[in-house]
Amino acid sequence: MKEFLAFVKKEFRHILRDKRTMLIVLIMPIVQMILFGYAVRTEIEHARVDVVGDLTDPAVRKIVDRIDNNRYLDINEILPSVSMIPSRFEKNAADVVVCFGQDFGPELKKTGKGSVKIIGDGSDPNSAQMIVNYVTGVIRSEQTEISAALSGESSSGFSPSIQLMYNPAMKSSYNFVPGVMGLIMMIICSMMTSVSIVREKETGTMELLLVSPVKPIWIIISKALPYLIVSTINFITILLLSRYMMGVPIRGSLLLLSGVAVLFVFTSLSLGLLISIVASTQKSALLLSGMGLMMPTVLLSGIIFPCENMPGILQALSHLIPAKWFIIMVKKIMIQGAGFPYIIKEFSILAGMTAFLLTVSVKKFRIRL
Amino acid sequence: MENAIEIHNLTKKFGDFTAVDNISFTVRKGEIFGFLGANGAGKTTAMRILCGLSIPTSGGGTVAGYDIVREPEKIKRHIGYMSQKFSLYPDLKVWENIRLFGGIYGLSDKEIASRTRDILSGLGMEDVRNSFVDSLPLGWKQKLSFSIAMIHNPRIVFLDEPTGGVDPETRRRFWELIYEATSGGVTVFVTTHYMDEAEYCDSVSIMVDGRIEALDSPAALKEKYGAENMDAVFRMLAGRAKRGE
Repeated sequence: MKEFLAFVKKEFRHILRDKRTMLIVLIMPIVQMILFGYAVRTEIEHARVDVVGDLTDPAVRKIVDRIDNNRYLDINEILPSVSMIPSRFEKNAADVVVCFGQDFGPELKKTGKGSVKIIGDGSDPNSAQMIVNYVTGVIRSEQTEISAALSGESSSGFSPSIQLMYNPAMKSSYNFVPGVMGLIMMIICSMMTSVSIVREKETGTMELLLVSPVKPIWIIISKALPYLIVSTINFITILLLSRYMMGVPIRGSLLLLSGVAVLFVFTSLSLGLLISIVASTQKSALLLSGMGLMMPTVLLSGIIFPCENMPGILQALSHLIPAKWFIIMVKKIMIQGAGFPYIIKEFSILAGMTAFLLTVSVKKFRIRL
Repeated sequence: MENAIEIHNLTKKFGDFTAVDNISFTVRKGEIFGFLGANGAGKTTAMRILCGLSIPTSGGGTVAGYDIVREPEKIKRHIGYMSQKFSLYPDLKVWENIRLFGGIYGLSDKEIASRTRDILSGLGMEDVRNSFVDSLPLGWKQKLSFSIAMIHNPRIVFLDEPTGGVDPETRRRFWELIYEATSGGVTVFVTTHYMDEAEYCDSVSIMVDGRIEALDSPAALKEKYGAENMDAVFRMLAGRAKRGE
């Protein structure tokens, strides 16, 4: 125990003396939260809608007003001809164009069918899809009213009423807060631990530790302990920021959330250990954790791209990313307020991964060194 | 216990490569044993086995009276080790380094305090007690490293090219420390590239291609090979090496 304490003291000294790294590690979560919170937004606000059509036509007029009154959409400009559409998109002057057919109103009255075309800017497919959906929604609701008026029955057809549970405002912060949490904890634990172990390999001090009677497992634990504390601080920072700056609720149990976080810290830690076994220089440890861990985590864990939309092989790969399971659990606990029974599957998967990684890395650590 | 180290038919293979090929030797208690060989001759591998860091493929022996295969943990308690690379923590202060290794070897606070005083006064380094090790000259670092390797009064101390990169005067003073240690009954097992240092040893073994080609006192070796100094002896033997670095 005394030997272990001597070690832990030393590790804390290393970290506390390296002020620059310490600063980065503590400030990184704040910067990331602000970046994701304000710079990277996926919701649509004030999309600019251009219109081609006869505004003197009352039916057209009505729809246009309705679009303008929608809080996500703004009528931008009335174009005299469809030929102008490409240049509007190229100048980035509009996000979507709605074209009404000639004699839209009279046609509609006569045949009950009006032709409308919605043209989105496909060079940005994600937001184009969302904007087009909004516009379609507005037109459809107008359409049901008109057809009801025409047939004289209010019961004809049906309009679904849509409610997005847990996140009615569709705030993207509900998605990225769990993501950033996963990312930060991953970086701190795996990158920092692996670098601090590899540094000792590089400087030759690791040999000294290994010929000493201290067991390798204690060396590992003492390396990990300071970063466990740093991660705790980060975890608290992120929670505070998300609650009070982003307004993301913590609906589930804080204790459960912390428990899940601790499990994930262990996962990241064992990954860091594995990296430190493979890498022989600090640079390669950084590269390995940066490219080999961060990139797949960012791309495949569902932080940015939803896993459900990936091709089969990538979906299969994404199952191997520990952060994915952590993020799912955090979402369930924070946003849905789910209790342990609802996350038992994800929890067991992550726990299994952790146990496997930890066993392999501790074993290898002993053999390698 | 007459012999500090007894090794019989020690072999270590990595796949098809035989790094250490059936070596046997004994080191008497209190002697300075020079373990020489060109790079790649298998010195480091052999030394790692003796320190309990690696398990031999076949053969065995004892270090400080403990079996190298079955009791490596006990060996670790009774040996000191200083590696070729300078190995103290540069971002820790001098006293913190001493304290750390005292703690690692399970010394009590009182023992650590008194050992710290002894080491610092012995090396004349009281003034740099609070300096970061990083700021010390290489020669000082090596002496401090050696003293720290001896902090728990080990029976045997392993020195892996302890004097790399320093001038002859500093090396001479380093060897004074070694002599001082052996006068206290400690056995010293040292690898070196400097053949003048080999002359200081009581016994010298020369490894070539994983085997021990020669093992005797420097005087006897020089006589046997009709050489003027150890350098000539070494070159005669190491020249037979077939495998490269």
